[in-house]
Amino acid sequence: MTSRAFTDPGARLSAARTGLIAGALVIIAIVALLVGSRFALMLLIGLGFGVVLEGLRFGFAGPWRAMILRREPAGILAQLLSIAVVACVAFPLLAAHPGELTGAQAPIGFAMIGGAFVFGAAMQVVLGCGSGTLVNAGSGNPVGLLALPFFALGSFAGAYHLIWWTNLGSMPILTLRGTPGLAITLVGLALVAGLLLWIGKPGSRRISRRYVFAALALAGLAVANLVVAGQPWGVVYGLGLWAAKGVAAMGADLSGSAFYAATGSVERLNASVLTDYTSLTNFGMIAGAFGVAAWRSGGMSQPLPSYPARAWIATIIAGVLLGYSSRLAFGCNVGAFFSGIATGSLHGWVWFAAAFAGAFLGIRIRAVSGLEARK
Amino acid sequence: MTRLFNGALAMAGLVLIVGLDTLRSPPNPYQAPPMLALGSGLSTSGGFCGALPD
Repeated sequence: MTSRAFTDPGARLSAARTGLIAGALVIIAIVALLVGSRFALMLLIGLGFGVVLEGLRFGFAGPWRAMILRREPAGILAQLLSIAVVACVAFPLLAAHPGELTGAQAPIGFAMIGGAFVFGAAMQVVLGCGSGTLVNAGSGNPVGLLALPFFALGSFAGAYHLIWWTNLGSMPILTLRGTPGLAITLVGLALVAGLLLWIGKPGSRRISRRYVFAALALAGLAVANLVVAGQPWGVVYGLGLWAAKGVAAMGADLSGSAFYAATGSVERLNASVLTDYTSLTNFGMIAGAFGVAAWRSGGMSQPLPSYPARAWIATIIAGVLLGYSSRLAFGCNVGAFFSGIATGSLHGWVWFAAAFAGAFLGIRIRAVSGLEARK
Repeated sequence: MTRLFNGALAMAGLVLIVGLDTLRSPPNPYQAPPMLALGSGLSTSGGFCGALPD
């Protein structure tokens, strides 16, 4: 029986799958025991994000590219559907539980708009947004894996300079609230969907069942994120925290930054990374994507694509820009676009417009960067 | 080289981050908040990319 398990590919795959499930359960149990049940739940939610995004091949950068290059709106329509579902639950929850729950609310400003534009461009260069870079890295994509540490360093640097950039000029935080706010949000999403359908190529306007399922699953996980953590789904804060912890561990003094000198930042730098919500969901997304890729028959045995040197340089630069710009923009496609709009922040709408404009530039840069895999 | 190498590298990176951080900032389960923020009566205190520092 033992020899059969080693020689039969089916038995090997089955054993690997059992190991993946057992490993995930053990890690979640350890986090629950050593850190606390809320943090174990957040890790589980993060795993869910990773499984849904990688398992159902759902993302943000790819559908934007499909709309811009081929006028195929289905992917973005699914994103809007997911945001609308979250909004329908989040608006009443936020209204009924102020303090316990907070939305992804941030001010609109010059740096915020510029940051969103740059992020939209950079995410098209590497074809990976905030969540996409994590999922790509976990599933063994070399571009995602290289971009990720530079994304984290960029996020740290962006946070370090955030107050200087924000002081260049920003409006007060503008938020849609309650039933009227929800109605305006849903009408806005419907108008964008209508515009995309109008521009979209005939025959490509229908959202596939896979996309609908992914949109609803993501919405369920995003609501769970809000209920468990008290704050919406985000990505970028955790990445910057990892780099900041690393820099601080090497003896750097971060008190020169208004951001890192703030009381809350100091507390989080000194606390365990396993108590940071965005870190936990980020860990879960990477691990969930790894699990799905390993689960698939042959998913991890694909050879790596070959790229020229300029493609790796473009990946490093885009990684840094993804991190830096998303801090100035008060979030990436997850924290600003998805969670911002779903919890009533007007900066989410402005982020969407600016990042989508940036995506046009990013697609052009990608075409000359050498990142299109060689045939 | 296959995707397995890169995926394993990503997972090793996670283990490294959590391992090194745990040595420096060990978690304390006795300070853990209630399982759900909703209904806990406590204000949110997590870091978020959309928030200015508090």
